[in-house]
Amino acid sequence: MLTTRRRFVKKMLALSGYALGLSFSKISLANWIADNFSRQTISQSITQLFPDQELQKSDRISLKLPRTAENGSVVPITISSTIPDVDTIYILSEKNPVPLIAEFSIEPELETYLGARFKMQETCDVIAVLKAKGQYYQTRQKVKVTLGGCGG
Amino acid sequence: MKSPFLIFCLFISLTSSALAWAEPEQDRKQILTFYQQIFPELQLADYAHGVYAIDADAKNSWQAIEEFPPYEFALEEGKELFNRPFSNGARYADCFPNKGIAIAQNYPYWGEQKQTIITLAGAINDCRLQNQVSALPYAKGEITKLLAYMAFTSRGQLINTIIPKHSQQALNAYKQGKNYFYQRRGQLNFSCASCHVDNAGKFIRSEILSPALGHTTHWPAYRLNTGEMGTLHRRFMACNKLIRAPIDMAQSPALRQLEFFLSYMANGLPLNGPSTRK
Amino acid sequence: MSTIKIRSKRFTDYTLVRTLIAHPMETGHNKNDATGELIPAHFIQTLTFKHNGKVLSQCQMGYGVSKNPFFSFKIKSAKAGDKVSISWQDNLAYSDTLEHIIP
Repeated sequence: MLTTRRRFVKKMLALSGYALGLSFSKISLANWIADNFSRQTISQSITQLFPDQELQKSDRISLKLPRTAENGSVVPITISSTIPDVDTIYILSEKNPVPLIAEFSIEPELETYLGARFKMQETCDVIAVLKAKGQYYQTRQKVKVTLGGCGG
Repeated sequence: MKSPFLIFCLFISLTSSALAWAEPEQDRKQILTFYQQIFPELQLADYAHGVYAIDADAKNSWQAIEEFPPYEFALEEGKELFNRPFSNGARYADCFPNKGIAIAQNYPYWGEQKQTIITLAGAINDCRLQNQVSALPYAKGEITKLLAYMAFTSRGQLINTIIPKHSQQALNAYKQGKNYFYQRRGQLNFSCASCHVDNAGKFIRSEILSPALGHTTHWPAYRLNTGEMGTLHRRFMACNKLIRAPIDMAQSPALRQLEFFLSYMANGLPLNGPSTRK
Repeated sequence: MSTIKIRSKRFTDYTLVRTLIAHPMETGHNKNDATGELIPAHFIQTLTFKHNGKVLSQCQMGYGVSKNPFFSFKIKSAKAGDKVSISWQDNLAYSDTLEHIIP
């Protein structure tokens, strides 16, 4: 049975393990814009992220996604594109309470390629939006999410 | 002069004994033939992948995740835990043949001394108790990490479940496991066989049912639904809950017998744990 | 033990870099089964991917990213001995970073 003092020391040690990470803040981390990740509809999210922009449908974006998500908690996605000069990739899930999953800046040294795993609550379109030279391009693909039978 | 009656009795008992001992092998061949008829394209080793051998879409998704599987952390921790000495200086390696490396294919086995089925999880706890360390809970937590590491070192080993010929008790345990598998239970009145034999390859709601052959190869598994490592026995418990049957506890005699039966059916299949499942 | 794992593989035309991060990515909308209380939100918000000290990708993400996040990138041109790093910070101000040398 830990004494109160030992418990305190243990807790501080545990916290300091995380705090060590904070000391490495020479690394510039991206800003996190809370509004982008608020609970809203997909239309609201798109309006907020891409105000007054046309998201041109493009067949030059490839999405690798399952037809049916085995489990909505982990849906693997791969995005690749032949559109030149892409500088940002956005991943959205149409019916997620927070439609924006993530956005990535892409420097020229990177291929226009991204792999990720994300959550889906229900069957809907997964939307990839790519920004290149101030223009926005999109493609979408439906993924089925079911409550399954026995997988639990 | 030997009585013909006695000779007759001897003959009958030898034959029925031979027949009794032939039963597990017959069962195994029978179930193999059955599945080969439903899934003519599958090789024996394919069954180790469970439903992914028969559901291409799920297989692609699973392979994408296996490229950098989420069980890597549990595996790394498991290796550390496995190599860490107990307070008396002894280690897990001292309790197991071959220092505990590449041995999972020999579990479960019939323990002569204890006259019971020994599973790998049970053996881990036996080792701990022998070294004055408390046993680990069976359903989740630290034991899943140790199992992940031991499964990993055993990858590719072919399942080798033995029913010792001299032990009637071992054969009985096998039969009890078999009965459990085929016995209907619970509100839904399903047996394991109802889904995993009679309806293997068919849909239950939106999911495809896996064949029972190979159910024991890929544990422990990182479960996408819980985000945790799960064991075979925890899965048995979840299944019973889903069919609204009374739940036998992880590592209870009934579940160890079931594992013994399933493992014998899977003899010759390669181990491929730890893995990821939905 | 770091929360970050990084693996890389060099191909003819690109180098694939994959990362797996141990993080609960808790949404803040799940309940603790035992106590019935809401589990507080705890998720990575920003992530930075660098190659030889240069930022190649900055990411903002929400709790829609899966628990134990995975990401993969392709660097057009990288050599053996190059350094890549992944750094993350979450909503509770915890963070971690790991450097990996491309073999």
